[in-house]
Amino acid sequence: MNKTNPVFASAVRTERKSATVSRRRAERLRDGLTYLLLTLGSLMILVPFTWMVSTSLKRKQDVYTFPPHWIPSPVEWHNYKDAFTVFPFGLYTWNTVTITSFVLLGTLLSCSFSAYGFSRLNAPGRNLVFLVLLSTMMLPAAVTMVPTYLLFNKLGWTNTFMPLIVPAWFGNAFFIFMMRQFYMGIPFELEDSARIDGCSTYGIWLKIIVPLSRPVLVTVGVFTFMGTWNDFMGPLIYLTDENKRTIALALSYFQGSARAAPDLHLLMAATLYAIAPCVVLYFLCQRVFVKGMVFTGVKG
Amino acid sequence: MNLKRKWLTRSRREALDCYIFMSPAIIGLVIFMLGPMAASAYFSFTKYDILGAPAWIGLDNYKALIKDPLTWQSFKVTLIYSAASVPLGLVVSLLLALLLNRSIKGIFLFRTIFYLPAVMSGVAVALLWKWIFNPDFGLMNWALGLIGIHGPKWFIDEHWALPPIIIMSLWGVGGSMLVYLAGLQGIPTDLYEAGEIDGAGAFRRFLHITIPMLSPVIFFNLITGIIGALQVFTEGFIMTAGGPNNATLFSVLYLYRNAFDYLQMGYASAIAWVLFLLILLFTLIIFKSSPMWVFYEGSRRSSK
Repeated sequence: MNKTNPVFASAVRTERKSATVSRRRAERLRDGLTYLLLTLGSLMILVPFTWMVSTSLKRKQDVYTFPPHWIPSPVEWHNYKDAFTVFPFGLYTWNTVTITSFVLLGTLLSCSFSAYGFSRLNAPGRNLVFLVLLSTMMLPAAVTMVPTYLLFNKLGWTNTFMPLIVPAWFGNAFFIFMMRQFYMGIPFELEDSARIDGCSTYGIWLKIIVPLSRPVLVTVGVFTFMGTWNDFMGPLIYLTDENKRTIALALSYFQGSARAAPDLHLLMAATLYAIAPCVVLYFLCQRVFVKGMVFTGVKG
Repeated sequence: MNLKRKWLTRSRREALDCYIFMSPAIIGLVIFMLGPMAASAYFSFTKYDILGAPAWIGLDNYKALIKDPLTWQSFKVTLIYSAASVPLGLVVSLLLALLLNRSIKGIFLFRTIFYLPAVMSGVAVALLWKWIFNPDFGLMNWALGLIGIHGPKWFIDEHWALPPIIIMSLWGVGGSMLVYLAGLQGIPTDLYEAGEIDGAGAFRRFLHITIPMLSPVIFFNLITGIIGALQVFTEGFIMTAGGPNNATLFSVLYLYRNAFDYLQMGYASAIAWVLFLLILLFTLIIFKSSPMWVFYEGSRRSSK
């Protein structure tokens, strides 16, 4: 009946209109605030980063001048070349790529597979196994390093990529824990309906859980890539042949020793080269993080 | 009766599947983890210089540890560092993730910038921060000087040595930020729409939708944050070498020195196991408290 009243209808219309206007204004204000905070934070991050870039282009004697010159003069582009004429850099990159690819594949497969058991299936002793798994993160690596080395030595794996690759195919406590937390949040109704349609538990893992957890898989992938790409300790301990070295190991050459100060300009150039693939990969991967993608079409 | 037998076989079938799914982790645990862990536990009861064979000395390492003022100092420093850096990192990374989860122009660029620090880990970053907090020609005191503050001597002054390392730990929030971001992606948008229709403001939606839905991820970041913070090492190792006057002597740094500088692997292992028990204790307390504040959408069937 109110619909027929023209005065009321127009009042409603204006009210709605002003509501959307004020809403739009609030939205714009919030966007502005977001930009402000993000820009301030970015500056704080980019200032040190700029220093790294600027240092990488300086002469050795200009690195410690004070106050710092942000724009180096002269600009020493050849630092980037110098940093890598010392090594067979193509070979080291290839070694790093090989190790990283196998580790990435193994980690993603084994961790998501195991995490499904830890989060969505019940078995006696499951929680105890989980606790033991977590406890492996709690003992400082410094005291397990020697026995682990002895183990791989006994297996005849030292001076091969095996100690760096094989363990990744048998899960990783940190990532299994992370995936478990995500898997536990997925509604069971999805699984039930698939089961009724005749899907096996393994099919459910592959066809429902894995696709639904794309953001966490990408996160684990990014972490694994960065961790393996930058890993210094592992290659240092297990690889003795010069032609098996990785980029991270080569970087340590610039870090100086107890007696000699590092060649800071070359170290920064080498570091920037080493992180470039990581930044590119991350930039590409984060496109998976598009709001609302995960549960589209799913009403829990 | 018939029904019961059917239920039994079903739960057994589920248990079998569960073990098969967990098997990569269990096999890895047994082959690569438990052996070395057991070995280090054994070492903690021995005198072991890595070069020769370990000799059994019973509880002597643990007795020495209790009397060693440096161990106590290292635990104190580690606990102070953790108590400050864990909550700080948790809050900052969550706020960042919320900002970066908004769909505005240029968000990809911002997300990349905020993750940059996490990509650059290790020695180069430690050296970078050493320069920032250099009292004479570092960025921090230069910036403080611009607003008329005479900055402290940072790493040279034992009262000011720990704060820069805590501030520096925020440099690494990119990792937990990314995990939060992945978590935020998993919150169904219709929950927010429903909340809006019910008249809940932005803050209430955050408090009653975002936080509970994100609680499994907060739980993860809290536990791994504590485990990581109590094992902080690189900063003390590269930047301060534990000084000045042991103000940044973290436990893992002290045990590392015992193991590889003084060649007392037995004593180092004893410190490691005390630290292990401490971390385990914190973890268990948080795990036990989790049913009160962690909410799992799929918790219908998970048994506790």
